[in-house]
Amino acid sequence: MNWSSWTDFVHMGGHAPYVWGAVGVSLLALFWEWAHVYWRQRAALQALGDEA
Amino acid sequence: MKFHALLRYATPAHAYTLAGRLLPWLFALGLLLTAAGLYVGFGLAPTDHQQGESYRIIYLHVPAAWLSMVIYLAMALWAVLGWVLNTRLSSMMARALAPTGALFTFLALWTGALWGKPTWGTWWVWDARLTSELILLFLYIGFLALQDAFEDPRQGDRAAAVLALVGVVNVPIIYLSVQWWSTLHQGASISVSSGSSIAAPMLLGLLLCALGLWLHAGAITLLRLRSIIIEREQARQARWLERLRPQRPKGPQGPQEART
Repeated sequence: MNWSSWTDFVHMGGHAPYVWGAVGVSLLALFWEWAHVYWRQRAALQALGDEA
Repeated sequence: MKFHALLRYATPAHAYTLAGRLLPWLFALGLLLTAAGLYVGFGLAPTDHQQGESYRIIYLHVPAAWLSMVIYLAMALWAVLGWVLNTRLSSMMARALAPTGALFTFLALWTGALWGKPTWGTWWVWDARLTSELILLFLYIGFLALQDAFEDPRQGDRAAAVLALVGVVNVPIIYLSVQWWSTLHQGASISVSSGSSIAAPMLLGLLLCALGLWLHAGAITLLRLRSIIIEREQARQARWLERLRPQRPKGPQGPQEART
């Protein structure tokens, strides 16, 4: 590993808000997209069942 | 496999089934590669001698920027195919790609701003690379808005295809802007012709993340495509949708009821 401790890793050489801000928003956005598309698919199948 | 055998996947019914088969593989492989890329990038790759640790944003920023351009080209291709050949599935593919492309464009801009502040001392500058990427986001939003602006989805598809085609000119501008103009944004560190100017672990992490997010984009597009296929085919009362409907409980005349 490139890091001597977990504190160093979290601290990111003083750039933690930028680095973790980028990671956090990216992961959140990707998760939100999955959740949104999954619920859309469920709703579409539900509507199909209701029509029947 | 013969060409006409491949063409059967151009029907929404077959595309729905094929997408369902591919989806779990793309999702699992995408997750695995992205996790491996982030591990290499954040755990093993060395510190950059100029930018320090803030450079690690590239593991998300660069794949997002690549995807924003590639997805736009794919979206425009499908949209134009749907317009010229009048194939329903092509327009559905374009529609399925657009939100993912817009999301990656937003992420490229967002992570770019978070990289720019510690590196350049500013969140944003109106230089050619950043401005043309912002225009790409507006093109995606315009494409989605135009498709939804018509009651008849086929009419919306055609109008949006024109916009997508016109917007293609922006993609080479984004890519070449750092060569054409003097910009604050740095030039490419990886090139097909001249190779890579970054350390091997950095490159490995970047390529793993890029491949993983490509597969993720493929999986999410296929899942969205399945929803769009159901919604549009339901509107035109396609008979093949019967097989997706939940089975009713069988009464005394169960088997006969199921046949009708």
